[in-house]
Amino acid sequence: MMKNILRALNAENTENQRKIVSFGDSSLVEAPGGRIWTFASIAFLLLLWILSGTFGWVNPLFWPPIGDVWHQLNVIASEGYRNATLLEHIGISVYRVLMGFLLGCMVGIPLGFALALSKVMNRIFDPIVEFFRPMPPLALIPLVILWLGIGESAKIFLLFLAALWIMALATRSGALSTNIAKVYAAYTLNANKRQILFRIILPNALPEIFTGMRVSMGVCWGTVVAAELVAAESGIGMMIMVASKFLSTDIVVLGVILISLVAYAIDIFMRIMEVRLIPWRGKSS
Amino acid sequence: MLEVKDLSMVYQTPKKEEVSALLNVSFTLEKGEFLTILGPSGCGKTTLLNIIAGFLQPTQGEAVFDGESVSGPSPQRGMVFQQGALFEWMSVEKNVSFGPRMADRPKPDAEISENTRYWLDTVGLSGFGGKPVYELSGGMQQRVALARCLANDPGLILMDEPLGALDALTREKMQGLLLKLWNETGKTIILITHSVEEALILGERLFVMAPRPGRIEKEYRLPFAEQGVADDSRKIKAQSDFVQIREEVIGMIWSMEEEIMGRQEEG
Repeated sequence: MMKNILRALNAENTENQRKIVSFGDSSLVEAPGGRIWTFASIAFLLLLWILSGTFGWVNPLFWPPIGDVWHQLNVIASEGYRNATLLEHIGISVYRVLMGFLLGCMVGIPLGFALALSKVMNRIFDPIVEFFRPMPPLALIPLVILWLGIGESAKIFLLFLAALWIMALATRSGALSTNIAKVYAAYTLNANKRQILFRIILPNALPEIFTGMRVSMGVCWGTVVAAELVAAESGIGMMIMVASKFLSTDIVVLGVILISLVAYAIDIFMRIMEVRLIPWRGKSS
Repeated sequence: MLEVKDLSMVYQTPKKEEVSALLNVSFTLEKGEFLTILGPSGCGKTTLLNIIAGFLQPTQGEAVFDGESVSGPSPQRGMVFQQGALFEWMSVEKNVSFGPRMADRPKPDAEISENTRYWLDTVGLSGFGGKPVYELSGGMQQRVALARCLANDPGLILMDEPLGALDALTREKMQGLLLKLWNETGKTIILITHSVEEALILGERLFVMAPRPGRIEKEYRLPFAEQGVADDSRKIKAQSDFVQIREEVIGMIWSMEEEIMGRQEEG
């Protein structure tokens, strides 16, 4: 699988090497090769960080030396922070995100199909979706705390709301993009409504559903940190919040880096899943 | 046998104007006949096909196929579209076997895959069963569409410009394939096209339709499809009788289109 993809990319690359017009050709930007620039840019940033610490260019209160952050990582990884190990802090944040995200998918995807496939459902739910969609989930934190307290259910509910509207709209848009010729063809080939939903409209909507999943995963991750900043007894967001109260900027920076790394890992995982599960993406004739 | 009885179809435009897409269209098609339909855009040919397929309800009249009034889509009336109707998340094989697999009482798997292989061989796609459809060329994709339709064994095959998106050479080859399939299966076929040559070479019968209101302007009975089964179609297209009818039909459609343009300028 990976081999095939790489071979295809390389084949494209040999053709790309012969191209004369390069400015404005997006396929050249996406083409493999030129990784050296990525490493160079990361190395430059790291070097800048090391040098600024060594020569004391920045007050450590605003931005700590890389050594301090590394030291804190070792300390927290071995001793934990505030009655929980580092893995527990990361784990609880990931758990909240996954629960909220999954619940959001479980309700949002069927809701999206209902919006796309039934006029009555569309008329009923469209104003609700359109009303809640632009509302930032963070604005709901006070209400959710009032209703559900500061326990797990409150955070998961908040993340559920964050994922719900994105998934509903992505699914609706994907379902609506079905070429009517495919549906007609399926009807003349014995398919009933259920088969048309699951074998024609659902796979047709999958690429957009997947895009929705990636977007909502990002939003959920941002929301969980914010929710933990407000009120939590564990999680990376809580770690950042508590550390900032003690002016431990090194722990704050460590937390920020960990958040980015986990989010990046999740997104890479989803991109790999996308290539595997939806190879026909963008290939519709 | 297909009987189209006094079909009319009136659309309402968003401005509440009424447009007569079809007016009092009647004809009968015997089993095994190959009918082609030509006409300028707006003559209602796709509307007619969609009514026969059961996708649209006419405002008046009815279509009756094998004694049953058309009230919705049916596996008895298969359809081949111009493009974009293949299921790109399925392999070639899964596309072709889709109809048999979706049947109320599906046949055993072995029988279905035997049937699939037979139709893939017939349309010249042996060995392509496992490929994803998006890796095939346009001509091959239309072969898949034909095989998928035939594998479901419909009594009537409706084709809405099935070769319209193909390049000229592929198109001629596919015309030959259509004649071969028609000859071998004895299916009743209605084919819509914009190409006058295609309509003449494929149709035993040809309707030239006219717009506003959509109606059958002239019907031809043609010998070329029969000849095309046995003989090289390039040769037939060069025959004097073929050329003569071709020019006549082109002239008819051109004058219709000029009339449409004139009306638009007045309006």
